[in-house]
Formats: sequence, C-alpha cells, structure tokens
Amino acid sequence: MAQKKCAVPFAGTAEQEQELMAVIEEHRDDPGALMPVLQKAQDIYGYLPIEVQEMISQKMGIPMEKVYGVSTFYSQFSLNPKGKYKISVCLGTACYVKGSGVVFDKLQSILGIGGGEITSDGKFSLDDCRCIGACGLAPVMTVNDDVYGKLTGNEQELRDILAKYE
Amino acid sequence: MVNIKINGIDCSVEEGTTILEAARKNGIRIPTLCWLKGINEIGACRICVVEMTGARSLVASCMYPISKFDEGKSIFTNSPAVLESRKMTLELLLSNHKKDCLYCSRSGNCELQTLCRELGVEYESAYDGVKNEYEIDYSAVHMYRDNNKCINCRRCVAACTNVQGIGVIGANYRGFKSTIGSPFDMDLADTSCVSCGQCIAVCPTGALNEKDDTDKVWKAINDPEKVVVVQTAPAVRASIGEAFGYPMGTNVEGKLAASLHRLGFNAVFDTNFGADLTIVEEANELIERVQNGGVLPMITSCSPGWVRYCEAYYPEFLPNLSSCKSPQQMTGAIIKTYWAKKMGVDPKNIVSVSVMPCTAKKFEIGREDQSASGYPDLDISITTRELVKMINKAGLCFRELPDEEFDNPMGNGTGAAVIFGATGGVMEAALRTAVWRLTGENPDAPLEFKEVRGVEGVKIATYNVAGKDITVAVASGLANAKELLEKVKSGELECTFIEIMACPGGCVNGGGQVIVPADVRNFTDIRAERAKALYHIDSEVRTYRRSHESPDIKEVYENFLGEPGSHKAHEVLHTSYKASNLHK
Repeated sequence: MAQKKCAVPFAGTAEQEQELMAVIEEHRDDPGALMPVLQKAQDIYGYLPIEVQEMISQKMGIPMEKVYGVSTFYSQFSLNPKGKYKISVCLGTACYVKGSGVVFDKLQSILGIGGGEITSDGKFSLDDCRCIGACGLAPVMTVNDDVYGKLTGNEQELRDILAKYE
Repeated sequence: MVNIKINGIDCSVEEGTTILEAARKNGIRIPTLCWLKGINEIGACRICVVEMTGARSLVASCMYPISKFDEGKSIFTNSPAVLESRKMTLELLLSNHKKDCLYCSRSGNCELQTLCRELGVEYESAYDGVKNEYEIDYSAVHMYRDNNKCINCRRCVAACTNVQGIGVIGANYRGFKSTIGSPFDMDLADTSCVSCGQCIAVCPTGALNEKDDTDKVWKAINDPEKVVVVQTAPAVRASIGEAFGYPMGTNVEGKLAASLHRLGFNAVFDTNFGADLTIVEEANELIERVQNGGVLPMITSCSPGWVRYCEAYYPEFLPNLSSCKSPQQMTGAIIKTYWAKKMGVDPKNIVSVSVMPCTAKKFEIGREDQSASGYPDLDISITTRELVKMINKAGLCFRELPDEEFDNPMGNGTGAAVIFGATGGVMEAALRTAVWRLTGENPDAPLEFKEVRGVEGVKIATYNVAGKDITVAVASGLANAKELLEKVKSGELECTFIEIMACPGGCVNGGGQVIVPADVRNFTDIRAERAKALYHIDSEVRTYRRSHESPDIKEVYENFLGEPGSHKAHEVLHTSYKASNLHK
C-alpha cells in the first residue's frame, strides 16, 4: 500500500495559510466544524492535499485519519488540484450504456492517472461526472468547456482530442 | 421500569436499557458483529436486528433504548424474518470476503465464522459478484492488516480512536470502496501507531493479526548451536489458560512453566525478575529525582506502547520518563550479561525469547540503546496467542501438565512484580519499596495500596509517608493517559509519580492476549477478571511481597550490579528516548 501522493508539488502561500487558520479559529467552539472547515479550505487552495489536511488536523486537534476519511467520503472534496485542462467523462446512465466506461478507462491509461488525479505536468486532470444533459450525444466527455460526443472509445480518437490542448 | 414481552415471555426492564441488553438479562443472546459496549455503538452491521410490534422494519437491538412508550410491546429476537435477515446479511458479507478459513489464523475463534455456523449459512457464494482486492499491509513490525477479510465493522477504529485516543486508522472512501486504512493510504509503519494491538484484540475476523514470529523460535530451538532462553510476563499467566478451557482469571503459572520447559527452551525465566529489578532501580531514580530537584513527576516506562505514544504525541514529557528499561528488556539484558557469564555462554549464541501479553514488545526489542551485552537484549518477542499456537503445534496437553517452577536465578519474582500486569500494579510495587525505605526500612510499612487498584481509567491518591504527603497518579488506556497528562500540563494536578500503561486495565488486557469474543467481552470485565489472578498470586502464593526482598535481586546486585543506580546498573538497565514525528 503506497501512500497516495499528489503528482503536483504543494505551492500554498503564507496568505492562504493565514486565511485557513482564521477559518479554523472562527469555528473554534463548533463541535461539527470539520466539514465547513474542509469546504473553506478547498475554496482557499482549490483542493485538499496532505499538507493542508495536516494543518487542519493539528490546529483542530482531530486525528489526520479522520480528516482524510471525511475528505475521501464526499466526492465534492478533491485531493488533487484541477489541471489546466479539466477532463470530465460522463458516467451517467445513458453515456454509460453507450460505453463511456471504456472511454474513462482508456483516458486513465493514456494519461497514466486515475480518476480524481492530475498529470505531473499539471496539464490534465481527469474526473467522472454524472449527466451533463447531452444524452443525445452519448457517450460524452468535456475538456474545460468543450464538449465531445458520440465517442467510440477508440484510442487514437482520444489521443487526437488531447493533442488539441498544448 | 417498562413491561415488555421478549419472545412471548414477560420482562420488566429499566428504562433506557437497550433491547440487546434487556434480552441478555433475560437469558437471550442476540448476536452482534459491530457492537462493543461503550466503545463502538454504531448500529452498522445489522446482525442484531429484532422484530418489534409497531416498528415499520426490523430494529437494531444494540441501538434501541427501551422507553416508556414501548410499554406492552412484543419483541421477537429469533422469528423467521429475523433469522432470514441475519443470514442474508452474513451472505452479503461473505460475498466480499476472503474465505481461506481452513488455515486462517482466526479459524475457530472468528466471530463471522461462528455466526455463519450458528445461523445456518450454507452457500458461501450466495451473492457472487465483484470483489475488492486489497494488498496486505505488512509494513509494521508488530502486526499486519488484511482488508480482504475486513467486514468494515469499525471495531478496530473505535479501539484506536475512542479507547486509545490515537486514530491512526479509520474508514476511507465510500460505499463499496470504503475500507479501513490510514491517512492518504499510508503504510501503518509510517503513521504514529503505537503498536498497542488493541485493534487486533477487538477484530472479529482474521483481518488484523500480530506478525507470527513462532517460526523464528522453532528455528532457534532446533539449532544445536544456540542456547534458547525464554521469559514470560506476569499477565500471560492470567490469560493463557482461557485458550485451554480455564475460566477467565485462572492463574496457570505452573503449567505455563511446564509447557515452556517441554517446548525445548534451555532456560525458562520469569519476567517478574525484571519487574523486581525495575522497581529497585525506579524507586532509586525517584528518590534521587526528589532529593536532587530532578524533573517531576516521574513517569513509568514499562509499557512500550506508552513510551512510543509519549515520543510521538507528548515529547515535552520525555524528561519525565524514567530512564529504566522495561522489565522485559532488563531481564533480557541480565540474561546476556550476568547469566551468560555465570553459565560460561557466549552472548552471541544466546537467542533470548519473551512471551508477552503485548504486541508493542515486538517493536520494543528493535529500539535503539537496548543492547547491554553488545547484542540485542531480546531477540524474539511472541504474544500469548503465539505461545498458544506453539503449545498446540507441539501437541502438549496443557491441562494435563504438572505444575512446575521457573528456573533459577531468574525464576522467583515477588508479589510486587506479579501485579505489574494490572493497572496500578507498578505504582503499588514502587510504593511498597519506597515507603519501606522512606520510613527507615520499617518491616511493618504498609504492603497494600488499594487506592491505586481497579479498572478506572485515571486514579489519583495521596499518601502520607514519613510526615510528607506524596500524590501519585495512575492511568491506563492512552485516551485516559492523555486526560491525565493534560491535567499535569495545565498545573491542575501536582504529583510526584505517575504510572501509565498503554492498554486499558494494563497488561492483562494487552493487545497480545488471548482473544475474547465480543459477546463475552461486552458482558464481562476482562480487565478485572484477569487482574484477580495476579492479586491472588501476590497475596496468597508469593513468599516475598516487596521487590527489594527478592533473593534473586539481592544476588544480582551483590555479584554484578553493585548498588541501585550504580554506573554498571545504568549501563545495563537504563535507556534513552527521543521525540519522533507524527508520521513520515
């Protein structure tokens, strides 16, 4: 079991840390504070890397594992930053029966990352999402605001799409 | 009182009692998997469901407090619907379970297996489907985690988080992917796990186990070049009998010594020797600290789980830790120095083994600054459970063995030593010697200090010794230790001497002891029952009840160590500590 390491180095600033500490301070006497603190922390940093979770754990006196448990339970929390190009593959019912699972798997192997992760150059991040309302085009993926539909799951097709984002 | 019917029988139960406890009081056992009384009350496993009139669906009996609104209701704990539901729950658990029951370490005392048998699960593959496959985490020196056998009951998490206040394990991810692990899926060895093994002790299946070191022991025993020496801790004799059908709390030290002789060890010693030595050295250290303005309160260092906890979580208390090695390490150090010389054996050829109620001892033997002879003070540490395996493998009929003595010169521990196995025991043993010394070596000085006995998490007592009030404190279980340390830190409590044991109740309830299934654990206080055996040995069996009176101890000071606290004693019996990071 190897430790889950973020491919991109942490680049938090002193201002961000100060902001986070202020949020924790605000919730000092609130027994259910972990969730709102994690939400604010994600607003501040964009994601919740080990460095941020450690700060939260220490400042709040909550075991790090508990912080990690909560952050992996809710899909709204991300342990990785989003890439310059954010890829989302729809795994909603219509897309899924049309083969978006294959598209998602292929993208994982092409990019060498899993769902929710980011490539080490910070360029692409990969997520699955639920219905984006383009079922007529199923299976569908988006790269930032660009929508690609009627995908075949062909590897070259996906490589061609990625090549547009340099 | 509320009047209800359980399975058609009229019962009158106190308001607030759970259905599960009410049933048990009336002779009905409702099976459980996740419920640990006062520790893990989460109603997650759904094994304890019952039917209740007026309820829309089956009710989790462990979480349902009977109230006055339940007056006159009927509860059915074994109706067809209930039994069918339990069976289906088990079949679903089995659909994602590694079923290597033939050779699983917990086969025979696995709670999942027992329930499957009791509830008539016939098809282990009733719900075949996708299975999770997990890599086994072998990283820690003392244990491994096989999540392929985990049923997500969270008992280990509760032990780690609620009992020990540590929380290096917890539930990660969600739904079918949810699994017990460490933050950021770190290896356990990279966390601040203190190796106490309380998680193993509460695991209902074979998901958590100590690392089995018995092969190393067999190999040493069968090596004609090696002199294999074994020592066994006080608490082992209070628990190992349970594995051979004795009631909990039976002292089986005679048969324990006999079985160790028959396994082929060249010498069978008692860790009580090291416990007595610890008291003599520790009492001396305490008096020195008091007289010379040293750091107070002094805190005991016998429990390696506690020492590790202090290093990682409370490094500011490291100067308070007694520099004495633990009794295991002291016995080990004397075996490879004094005894080796006396017997004319090269310490290089000695394999020193310990049988401990503890998994943290496996970690302790690898600590730095624990090799008085130039070789490690201890080579192999096995748990009570591993010794049971060895006894069974060797075909020894434990109950039929004669009662034998431990070997000399490290076989005659005092009553003060044997109570080390229960919380408050080290404190009481230290007080026996310290009070005797401070009252002018008065032979009539008090022997029993009952205020520090018992299973309460934190005990504080003040004794007037030779006109001076001395306050002492005792904590067992690390969440309790934390509470006590915070009081000392804030200045709320001023005291001179503190005993801390990592496991609740002390070593009798150590993470290496015989596993007690939840349906016994929830209704019996293991800590108190096993401690009775030790206090019985102390008051009824032993000739000497103060550590410094032990002839073995006198001999080793006369012939080898000189005075307590001497240069030689420091070289052989003392150690040092260093602060560590919370995780890698």
